[in-house]
Amino acid sequence: MRDHIVKAYDQELQSLDKKVAQMGGLVERLLAQAFDAMEKRDPQLAEAASASDAAVDAPERELQEQAILMIAKRQPLAHDLRQVMTALKIAGDLERTGDLAKNIAKRALAVSGENHPKSLMTGLKHMVELALSQLKDVLDGYAERDAEKAVAVWRRDERIDAMYNSLFRELLTYMMEDPRNIGVCTHLLFAAKNIERIGDHTTNIAENIHYLVHGMPLADDRPKSDDTATTLIRKE
Amino acid sequence: MPHSIQELWLRLSDGFETSLARVSARRNELLYVLALLLLLVVAGGLSMRAAVVALAASAAAAAMWPSAGSDDVYRSGVEAADAGMANRLWRAVIDAIPEPAFALDHDGNLLHANRMAEEQFNPRRTRSTHIASFIRDPELLTAVEEALETRQGNTVELHTRVPVERRLLATAAPLEGVRTPGVPALLITFRDLTEQDRLTRMRADFIANASHELRTPLASLKGYVETLQGNAKNDPAARDRFLKTMAEQAERMSRLVGDLLSLSRVEMREYLRPTDRVELGPILSEVAHTLEPLSKQANVKLTLACPEAEAIVLGDRDELIQVFQNLVQNAIKYGRTGGKVDVRLTRENTAPLRYRVDVQDDGQGIAPQHLPRLTERFYRVSTAASRERGGTGLGLAIVKHIVNRHRGELRISSTLGEGSTFTVVLAGAD
Ligand SMILES: Nc1ncnc2c1ncn2[C@@H]1O[C@H](COP(=O)(O)OP(=O)(O)O)[C@@H](O)[C@H]1O
Ligand SMILES: [Mg+2]
Repeated sequence: MRDHIVKAYDQELQSLDKKVAQMGGLVERLLAQAFDAMEKRDPQLAEAASASDAAVDAPERELQEQAILMIAKRQPLAHDLRQVMTALKIAGDLERTGDLAKNIAKRALAVSGENHPKSLMTGLKHMVELALSQLKDVLDGYAERDAEKAVAVWRRDERIDAMYNSLFRELLTYMMEDPRNIGVCTHLLFAAKNIERIGDHTTNIAENIHYLVHGMPLADDRPKSDDTATTLIRKE
Repeated sequence: MPHSIQELWLRLSDGFETSLARVSARRNELLYVLALLLLLVVAGGLSMRAAVVALAASAAAAAMWPSAGSDDVYRSGVEAADAGMANRLWRAVIDAIPEPAFALDHDGNLLHANRMAEEQFNPRRTRSTHIASFIRDPELLTAVEEALETRQGNTVELHTRVPVERRLLATAAPLEGVRTPGVPALLITFRDLTEQDRLTRMRADFIANASHELRTPLASLKGYVETLQGNAKNDPAARDRFLKTMAEQAERMSRLVGDLLSLSRVEMREYLRPTDRVELGPILSEVAHTLEPLSKQANVKLTLACPEAEAIVLGDRDELIQVFQNLVQNAIKYGRTGGKVDVRLTRENTAPLRYRVDVQDDGQGIAPQHLPRLTERFYRVSTAASRERGGTGLGLAIVKHIVNRHRGELRISSTLGEGSTFTVVLAGAD
């Protein structure tokens, strides 16, 4: 009998994992589509991407309901409780990531009629690719309960920050060169900022996985290189 | 192809299911035959027919699964052993499908993946067996759910970007009539479209490149024509100069068109291996003779060493002439002024009999990073250097295709600053 309960519980946990994976898959696609829409200046794709954000909410709601039910019904302890809580937290980060991606899609729509400099798009593309591979690794890491993989993501976030900083400078330069660029560049700037924040969410997820596997929080400080707040550009 | 396999699977498993009862009596005999068939499949490679045979075998095996609701006949020890056999059989069938493929149960849990699917998706690494734990693509997950619910097959496109860009077609085909744990309910197969996409892109690039190559001389011709019609009309000196350049440009265009035509001709026939018996020695002499003036002009010493009398290969004489003409011409063009080009025909001392022709120069050589790409169309180390020497960038591409058609081998070795050796190896005909 006891065995039966354990088994049913394990199935419920697996179903939580499944919903996290579903959300993850949707968010991955959303981010990729949002960027494609921006790069190809495709308003239809941009609309489709911002509409598909709603699809992310459904599994999140289901996951929350199931988690609450599990906690109420089974009153899990220690590791089991940690599993439920982690799934909940990761779902939260994924939901936020989805929102940020959707925001990129909206900006893609706004700039779809304008020309944007190719080098900026290349920079943004690199950022998105990095964010996508971070997202992939962290979701794989969760499915595999692989704390190492998660910690590697956590350390690599620095690279997204560094790219953001260099893109930020480039964008500022463009804006100062020609005030007509300001409109487009502002959208691109916020798109880049969104990707940088998506990077932060992947590090949150990584921290959660580490906690789930090892039962304690990640100790050392993440290398950070987002210094844009103090960046000063002088016009010559 | 996967579609037809799946359809077949469905039809067969359906048919066999209904004749379940009748089979039971002669089951052992049948299993023996099936095992033999399977061995044939494995031994005979993965041809379409073999796969179909395997599917028939598996469908028969499927008929013998102890399915829910079947009567007590299926519960004895003997049947259990047969079920184990049937189990192995359907797994073997999935293993024999020449594309990544796996089977899910009615809850979407992985039951079995063939080796290609294991390599591509690495499904065993995760904690859960559910498909979402190793493939998160929303389209495919929806297709799986729908297929399990409605028992309708579905094909969707997967697009991955990291770590590498890939496009796959995934087909989810429900297997009818089985809804028991441990029994496959859904077959998922994949077709990789990445290679096809790459070819499409290459073709488009090729056309763009070819037009670009033609447009440059065309534009300059037009420019000269306009000048001649305009202010150079009555200037005989300028007219002569312009006409000379125009002739050169026209020459360049006709070389390009000629090379494009050769390339497409060779490609069309590439699958047809030549059947004529031709002798390599005289071919090489003819090439050397034709290029003698060019080498004199470039002040390069061209030598030919053919100790191999009667070196006969199965080949197309005109095409082989084209191969060696291109190689020797390149050696002269990119060789050293005052240097030498050696052409040697030897017999390789390995069985079976093979002849090799080396074309060696002592010119500038080629940096290693260019070597693997030299035979691509329009690939040149230096476009300017190639143009200057009347190159089209298609010579080595033509050489490669001709050598392929002859089922031969092309090797390139080079040391920067010392020279290059282009080697063609051809099977000897006895
Ligand atoms: N013997 C050689 N030595 C150095 N470079 C060579 C030699 N043969 C070919 N190459 C390089 O390979 C390129 C491609 O050769 P090919 O396909 O024959 O085109 P083309 O001679 O018309 O430029 C040349 O442009 C040249 O850069
Ligand atoms: Mg050439």
